[in-house]
Amino acid sequence: MSDRRQGSGKLVTALTSLGHGVTEALLRLGFATRFFLMLLLWSGQSFRRIHLTIREIYFSGFQSLLIIMVSGLFIGMVLGMQGYETLQRYGSAEALGVLVALSLVRELGPVVAALLFASRAGSSITAEIGLMKATEQLTAMDMMAVNPIARVVAPRFWGGVISMPLLAALFSATGVFGGYLIGVVFIGVDEGAFWSQMQASVDFRYDVWSGIVKSFVFGIAVSLIAVFEGYDALPTAEGVSSSIKGTVVKSALAILALDFVLTSFMFREV
Amino acid sequence: MSRKLLDLWVGVFVALGLAALLFLALKVGNLAAASFSDTYSVTAKFANIGGLKVRAPVKSAGVVVGRVSGIHFDSESYEAVVNLTIDGRYRFPKDTFALILTAGLLGEQYIGLDPGGDEAMLKADDVIAKTQSAVVLETLISQFMFNKAAEGPSEK
Amino acid sequence: MSADNLVAIKDLDFAYEDRLILDGISLQIPRGKVVAIMGGSGCGKTTLLRLIGGQLRPSRGEIVVDGQSVPDLRDDELYALRRRMGMLFQFGALFTDINVFDNVAYQMREHTDLPEELVRDMVLMKLNAVGLRGAHQLMPAELSGGMARRVALARAIALDPMLIMYDEPFAGLDPISLGVIGQLIRKLNDALGATTIMVTHDIQESLLIVDFIYFMSDGKVVALGTPAEIRASKHPFVHQFVFAEADGPVPFHYPATPLAQELLGRGARE
Repeated sequence: MSDRRQGSGKLVTALTSLGHGVTEALLRLGFATRFFLMLLLWSGQSFRRIHLTIREIYFSGFQSLLIIMVSGLFIGMVLGMQGYETLQRYGSAEALGVLVALSLVRELGPVVAALLFASRAGSSITAEIGLMKATEQLTAMDMMAVNPIARVVAPRFWGGVISMPLLAALFSATGVFGGYLIGVVFIGVDEGAFWSQMQASVDFRYDVWSGIVKSFVFGIAVSLIAVFEGYDALPTAEGVSSSIKGTVVKSALAILALDFVLTSFMFREV
Repeated sequence: MSRKLLDLWVGVFVALGLAALLFLALKVGNLAAASFSDTYSVTAKFANIGGLKVRAPVKSAGVVVGRVSGIHFDSESYEAVVNLTIDGRYRFPKDTFALILTAGLLGEQYIGLDPGGDEAMLKADDVIAKTQSAVVLETLISQFMFNKAAEGPSEK
Repeated sequence: MSADNLVAIKDLDFAYEDRLILDGISLQIPRGKVVAIMGGSGCGKTTLLRLIGGQLRPSRGEIVVDGQSVPDLRDDELYALRRRMGMLFQFGALFTDINVFDNVAYQMREHTDLPEELVRDMVLMKLNAVGLRGAHQLMPAELSGGMARRVALARAIALDPMLIMYDEPFAGLDPISLGVIGQLIRKLNDALGATTIMVTHDIQESLLIVDFIYFMSDGKVVALGTPAEIRASKHPFVHQFVFAEADGPVPFHYPATPLAQELLGRGARE
């Protein structure tokens, strides 16, 4: 009799904590939405004093160039190698350009560039904002009648949103070049066929533009997560560190989930 | 980091990004070719469109002159109605033939335009009267077998 | 109590989650005076400063600063009020990405249209008042704790505020810096004709410079008076505080079972 009561007690505890968890998650979601709306409301300064945003584009975008382009190059080269290995078995080695270009432009470019951006730029944005919070710099700013969301948070958000599509395009472009390097220069696929088949099969509106839209959406998601995690961090060393981890993990999940949703909308057989 | 230097590097970054986008659009994709600014639309009816899809090319003499913009079913005549968007630079006679062809042996299907000799040209929203449906493999095979069976045991 | 109070707090309640931090507290800060608010850690002193600055909203009660009820102010009115307040945070909270000069100049550049030459003169004068004019090119990371605190002080008085608030200004300083900061607080208050509120638990330094002291415990005012009255007070809490007694109304031992029982009880079982 007492055992059964103990068992049902544990069940009740489990359900209560589940309920709490769900309520917590909903509360956070609500808070995050309110935060996003406030951010949009206070974005005027990011554009009126464009220099704030330019500074952030430098730190998020320009300083990510190296990792983006090197990664793009390597992925393009690997695509070239793997693609050739499989295609030449069916005598279709000349479609290598198509394979490399479509893989990059539709998927790998936006997704991998966004993942790299989240781990490099996103985490440093979270760290910056989190540390400013922990050392009371945000409070000090607020007490000096300067809105910290307008001055610190919004420019970093917009800097990320502007940088992301550019980085994705650079990733894809260097990737295509990498594929060209391996396929044409090293392996010997016909150069003319490589480019002409690519041009014939890659449609701007369907493929390239979809990739651009994807990277834009990813940019919004990653930048929002990065600034939110920083702003919401607990003002301690562990708090900031935990928020940085949160940025990287949540960004990755968001990117992959959004990719699935967007791909299913965009790349349907009509 | 002085403002001027910052602006410089950001300018470099944005320029690089836009160049990459341009590269993707023009060199990798077919933006230049696909930007038909001036186009007109005509319709053609087929008994069977086979594997023809929207966005399939419309070619004449092997050159791409347009795209398939829509495929519908006419429930009165039980035929497929295909909308073609043709580049405004090219005019075709009213008695042009529209055929559904296959690229290569087992490739994608496209529409081929075989111009006729009429002096009057096709205008926007005209209907192409002469069409040839897609070749359906099963029909071909059953025809072949039927013919073979019809020939029968004559050649002995 | 003088009739002209810059800050008047009446029957204030403040609760955070379910904990009541301030319990029906009332106090007045007369114009032109230096007032210290003292008490043990966690008694709600810093919360009080945040309430005066409008960063927190009370659950009940009034806060009136210069005739304006702080919780009822609109955002722009609140920011206008904050421009007339200066706050010194516990560890300075200087903006770490800009140098000393730019930190002090921050509010001048934000809230005034003064030409750069004038800003330069004002910044150097403020830094001179705290003795750090020669350090104006340094970055905050290069400053010692005491120096950073002084720069933050210069920043807090940049726009000659009517109310200056200090959150633990003496925490963690060496004896020389302690003396320096203490002197500066008094001198600047008198020179600017401002009113000062100091939250601290450094009793000896405070007794030397303040005009009035409030003692807080558990969210209520338990004692008040001029330094002379406080020194002579027989109130047990005040006495323990002033003479730094280990045990008194604030107990030395954390609540536990009596020692003899704890040690011998176990032994007896064997």
